[in-house]
Amino acid sequence: MENTKNTKRILVVGELADGNVVGIIGELLGVGRRLADALGGELSTVFLGSSIIETAKQAFAQGADSVYAVDDTVLEDYQPELYASVIEKVCKDLAPSVLLLGATPIGRDLAPRLSWRLKSGLASDCVELSIDPETSALIATRPVYGGKALAEVDCGTTLPAMATVRPKSQAALPPDPARTGDVVLLNVYADPAVAKTRVVSKTTAEVKGIRLEDARIVVGGGRGMGSAENWKVLEALAEDLGGAVGATRGACDEGYCDTVFQLGISSKRVAPELYLAVGISGASQHMTGVSFSKHIACINRDASAPIFSEAEFGVVGNWEDVLPAFHRKVKELLSG
Amino acid sequence: MKFLVFVKQIPDPEIPPARFRIDPQTNTVVPPVGSSPVVSLLDELAVEAALRLKDEHGGEVTVVTLCNNPAMNVIKKPLAMGADELVLLQGQAFEGGDAFSTAQALAAAAAKIGDYDLIVCGTQAGDWDNGQVGPCIAEALDIPCITSVGHMEIVDGKIRGERTIGDTTETVEAPLPALVTAGNNVGKARYPKLRDIMAAGRKQPQVWNAQDLGIDHSRVGAAGALTKVRRLYVEESVGECEMIEGETPAEAGEKLALKLREMRII
Ligand SMILES: Cc1cc2nc3c(=O)[nH]c(=O)nc-3n(C[C@H](O)[C@H](O)[C@H](O)COP(=O)(O)OP(=O)(O)OC[C@H]3O[C@@H](n4cnc5c(N)ncnc54)[C@H](O)[C@@H]3O)c2cc1C
Ligand SMILES: Nc1ncnc2c1ncn2[C@@H]1O[C@H](COP(=O)(O)O)[C@@H](O)[C@H]1O
Repeated sequence: MENTKNTKRILVVGELADGNVVGIIGELLGVGRRLADALGGELSTVFLGSSIIETAKQAFAQGADSVYAVDDTVLEDYQPELYASVIEKVCKDLAPSVLLLGATPIGRDLAPRLSWRLKSGLASDCVELSIDPETSALIATRPVYGGKALAEVDCGTTLPAMATVRPKSQAALPPDPARTGDVVLLNVYADPAVAKTRVVSKTTAEVKGIRLEDARIVVGGGRGMGSAENWKVLEALAEDLGGAVGATRGACDEGYCDTVFQLGISSKRVAPELYLAVGISGASQHMTGVSFSKHIACINRDASAPIFSEAEFGVVGNWEDVLPAFHRKVKELLSG
Repeated sequence: MKFLVFVKQIPDPEIPPARFRIDPQTNTVVPPVGSSPVVSLLDELAVEAALRLKDEHGGEVTVVTLCNNPAMNVIKKPLAMGADELVLLQGQAFEGGDAFSTAQALAAAAAKIGDYDLIVCGTQAGDWDNGQVGPCIAEALDIPCITSVGHMEIVDGKIRGERTIGDTTETVEAPLPALVTAGNNVGKARYPKLRDIMAAGRKQPQVWNAQDLGIDHSRVGAAGALTKVRRLYVEESVGECEMIEGETPAEAGEKLALKLREMRII
């Protein structure tokens, strides 16, 4: 049945990792707060997992008015149909007007399934959200065409209206330790029999230093780096900049870098203060993953490479000639 | 084995930003003169993935495209690559759809074709980047769905797909029939040979409208859409790229560092 109750509630689907609320949830609560105030409603979040009550409490300090949990050992790991069925039931109970998820691998996997089940309009990977003052509809702005255009989407009248939100696009509220409360346990049956897929094996790549998604500065390397040996130049530079190294598919195909560090469409997406592209042509599939960087600079020997029409600063030249001097100067400036 | 692949035609994503235009009346892209649409890149990989499975296990690959202004040489590319059949969903009723109503139409097409073992979609289309249609079709057909899959294989009647999420690579298994969405780790798509392009040119797609699908007009296109695009626009560009020059490339490198420092970026 269609949910037409207008509770004005904003519900954020929580995500946990390594015993903590993941960063994007603070950002969702930040934007959720504004939406809840615009609607005059309550800001809630719901966590799914096993033994999560204590962790879930963190969300109060991050801005939630109420925190819900479905706590069951079968929810320990993400499983699409199982999580979708539980959140579907939670939505029937809590009747939110707006349902927000992170545009994370889990959020992007889960949201479309929920939108189908709830018959809810969904906008993916949004960078801006607001409430239409006249219709109370959720209005979402999202980058399309590889970041070349923005679309403003009305998420429609079936409640809850849904959006996944691009990490780093929203400001979290300053944490307020004075805000606390009790996590409400929801009595929702998580039926493992609904699961249609099964994880048979898993390997996690070792990440040295700062994670790409968290880095303030990302040094991107492309096929123009020429060898895996040369790649170390980028790693050393990133380390001195306090950043991380990302790669193009070109660089990964050549074996300069592990594919988990690939940036682009259906790879990782980052939105750092600075993206420094070295030996990268600037194909749209790559730029999709970095187009929301605050600043883009590039070094490329071909002045006609498309990257120059996307970057704010550019140097035409061989990186072998440009980068060592750049690196030396960076060190000098940062130590001075 | 019967494979279905859903393939979307999109404007060329390599249109340079300077020539990228939007018609504010229709909220659509106006491709520059001489620019041809393309098969959405991940959909090309979806075709490739299905063809590899067909190479190994035998069977038939049917491609389905929903498009009201198809460029025949573009939508026939999967045939040239080795797909067996092409179904074109076309008609006024499909106009102005969103991910939800597109999935309604595509799921109806899958149901009409029937007997599929594996459906392959792209993880997301290269124009609107929604990443919704694949999982929605799987929900509609009540079959398992694995998203963003690179390498895939069929073992003992089950699909096994490798997907990278964050820093983790996992192998996920599901019984057939199932739907997978192809991510960019599938690898390279094969180049069609001239002879196969010619043969594909002679082959005609089956064309179905909403009535052929037995689906009510209210469920597809703009009528069936849940979301509405209010505005599509190009952001005021921050200006041209500032070229940093020097007497030598090394000097340019130093100047770049100084510039970034001056701007308090580093
Ligand atoms: C379905 C599909 C999905 C894709 N998804 C992604 C994705 O997610 N991420 C991604 O990155 N790509 C993706 N791609 C690939 C993408 O289209 C490009 O091919 C890729 O990004 C190119 O990588 P590159 O810029 O490193 O290499 P190239 O395009 O080969 O560019 C190398 C650049 O380095 C410059 N150069 C060479 N030597 C030097 C030197 N000594 N000094 C300075 N500059 C130098 C050259 O001038 C050139 O511009 C995808 C492609 C397809 C078909
Ligand atoms: N008009 C269409 N015709 C055929 N397949 C489509 C169409 N739209 C979307 N798809 C399929 O659904 C995938 C995801 O699309 P989207 O949710 O729009 O990003 C695409 O990669 C295609 O496989």
